Amino acid sequence: MAEGADNETTPRLRLDREKVRGEFGKRLDSLSEQHILACYQCGNCSSGCPLAEEMDLLPSTVMHLVQLGQSEAVLNSRSIWVCASCLQCTVRCPKGIDIQKVMDVLRQMALAEGIDHFGPDQVDPRNAAEVPQPGLVSAYRKLST
Amino acid sequence: MKRIGVFVCHCGINIANTVDVDRVVEELRKDPRITHAQSYIYMCSDPGQELVRDTIKNEKLDAVVVAACSPSLHELTFRQASAEAGLNPYQCEIANIREQCSWVHEDRERATAKAVKIIKSIVAKTYLNESLEPIRVPINRRAMVIGGGIAGIQASLDIANSGYEVVLVEREPSIGGHMAQLSETFPTLDCSQCILTPKMVEVGKHPRIKLMTYSEVEEVSGYVGNFTVKIRRKAPSVDWATCTGCGECMEKCPVKVPSEFNRGLDDRGAIYVPFPQAVPNKPVIDRDNCVYYRTGKCKLCESTCEVGSIRFDQEDEIVEEEVGAIVVATGYETLPLQRIAEYGGGEVPDVIDGLAFERLLSASGPTVGEVRRPSDGKVPKEVVFVQCAGSRDPERYQPYCSRICCMYTTKHAMLYKHRVHDGQPYIFYIDVRTGGKGYEEFYHRAEEEEGVVYLKGKVASIFRDGDQTVVWGTDSLAGRNVEIRADLVVLATAVVPGTGVQDLAKKLKIQTGENGFLNEAHPKLRPVESITAGFYLAGCGQSPRDIPDTVAQASGAASKVTALFSKDEMEQDPMIAAVDEDVCGGCRVCISVCPYDAREYDEEEEIAVVNEALCEGCGACVAACPCGATQQSNLTDRQILEMITASLGEE
Repeated sequence: MAEGADNETTPRLRLDREKVRGEFGKRLDSLSEQHILACYQCGNCSSGCPLAEEMDLLPSTVMHLVQLGQSEAVLNSRSIWVCASCLQCTVRCPKGIDIQKVMDVLRQMALAEGIDHFGPDQVDPRNAAEVPQPGLVSAYRKLST
Repeated sequence: MKRIGVFVCHCGINIANTVDVDRVVEELRKDPRITHAQSYIYMCSDPGQELVRDTIKNEKLDAVVVAACSPSLHELTFRQASAEAGLNPYQCEIANIREQCSWVHEDRERATAKAVKIIKSIVAKTYLNESLEPIRVPINRRAMVIGGGIAGIQASLDIANSGYEVVLVEREPSIGGHMAQLSETFPTLDCSQCILTPKMVEVGKHPRIKLMTYSEVEEVSGYVGNFTVKIRRKAPSVDWATCTGCGECMEKCPVKVPSEFNRGLDDRGAIYVPFPQAVPNKPVIDRDNCVYYRTGKCKLCESTCEVGSIRFDQEDEIVEEEVGAIVVATGYETLPLQRIAEYGGGEVPDVIDGLAFERLLSASGPTVGEVRRPSDGKVPKEVVFVQCAGSRDPERYQPYCSRICCMYTTKHAMLYKHRVHDGQPYIFYIDVRTGGKGYEEFYHRAEEEEGVVYLKGKVASIFRDGDQTVVWGTDSLAGRNVEIRADLVVLATAVVPGTGVQDLAKKLKIQTGENGFLNEAHPKLRPVESITAGFYLAGCGQSPRDIPDTVAQASGAASKVTALFSKDEMEQDPMIAAVDEDVCGGCRVCISVCPYDAREYDEEEEIAVVNEALCEGCGACVAACPCGATQQSNLTDRQILEMITASLGEE
């Protein structure tokens, strides 16, 4: 599994306009074709997520952090890999945001940045069947890139 | 022997579940003083009232007791029904066996016994009831409105446009109130001046509105329909009748003091009008700051004035107005910045309050609508807004929600973005409350389209570092503390009652609540009236509210006033204090305890009398009277003793 990065402790977030309305959010919006700022933090994605218990950041927290431009915290999180792309969040979102798609793009971004998240050699073959598909696939993609 | 009928209501299951209604009726029928006893499932329904009316006629009843819910609900209903059947309405009484019995007990046996006792005690009282007539009082159909903000303006216009005269009293030199200071208004972003100033002009020109600005209420006497109000007209030191409002004097004045209207962001002279669109557009001299009043020299304004309107020797004037109703629209202030030391209030120059930010946004403000910070006039690129600065904080500040801040802060952030496209607004909030038409959509627009950053959590401290203002807060949704090095910080300080409201409330004898806001007669059913008859409430003097709610309430108060004025005379409840002239020794204890000034001493007869129009029937003088000369009509000492005896089971 990926290192929890900053998620183990809670250092102060330093916010400024370059950070909160910088490139990260714009790229995420354009790649996912979603409008991240439409999220008003109702939490419906988290409450319906079947894998939320396995995550270090709830889906709604992921959305909030990307709104604040906190790319590091999000791209280093377990949550984006635990996500099973089941689309529960997407169908529940009252603002019509395709959250699953956002998660997908976040995984691509993490891969592109070469963040060491997960390797196929770390998978115990006996448990391989239980590893979420996107995680497994991305592990091989990393090897191929 | 008086023939009394008792009607026991089941109130569906509300009473009947706990009280055995049939047994109550059985018990009552055994009482020789009760002519008729009967129960019905819903006595207040049409068939129930029909039953009461028919029985009064058929059984030739002299009085009626209805055992049901609280008299505050249906006393009037049954008194009217009794009157329709030919009884004097004051021969009808309510025995409360719901709120005071069935709802508060579980033991059916004992609740039934208690219901019987309650009913018998009311029967004992009713036995001695006299037939009373309502007291009729003439009405002076002329209204006074205290406070010339949007609430007072709307109430005045509505009353005046209904055909009645209005005296509008405003403490400041101009009407307009806080709304005149606002830039644009949520959620439509109408320009505040554009929608307010036409109304101000209409007030100023209205043939039925007598406008008294720079004036304060000194004293109020009288009662609903007939008030006499003494008003102090503060000397403006300018003869407004001849002044043309040209403004030359203001330009010549050498004094510079912080402008109240612009929240200290720029200066005004000692002779000034608060703002260019003022109504009336006539200046006053602030004597505390005028060079002439302080040193005896200067008089530059006098030498400048071409029409010779300056009057240094003008004195305050006391005038009297007779009115029938008074609308109290005293408005609000905000908690002074200095009170919030942890946010650098009053210390850090780039920490300002919401009204000051309104002036920065306003096209007629000190920066002509450009957002520039006070310390060095730079355009701020990082702006932090802090909500609940002093609100929702029962331990240290005000316990209540100030209600307007969520929306005006959202508006501030949005308008700031419109002025400074590359700037970033951040809003710290506890909850975003958007209960109003179009408000939620406005909030979503700010977040979604304007890119305002909302951070859920309070700010711990704000301090200056170089030319920046550092904000330490928390973002509870991220579970992280936050630091923002801001260029400007705007505090949404708590809305508090206007200064001097307590004193005014004492003069008017109306009530205020624990936070100092004016109290309504009933929070749901009588929200625009004071508990003291003849006084009506409008605007933020009652509690924080926004412009749409204020205008609606002001129109509501105005319609209450015009409803009062629709009659030639008023009917008042006759259940008030009455004096037995033969017994009264003239000790005047009653006068000292009366909260309504209804007890007076008759020098000729040497007794204390009751002003029937003023008496609210509270009973304070009745209890205080040492010789029993003062009795409450239909609640005499003898009646109370009979009720106690009956309650104790006739022992």
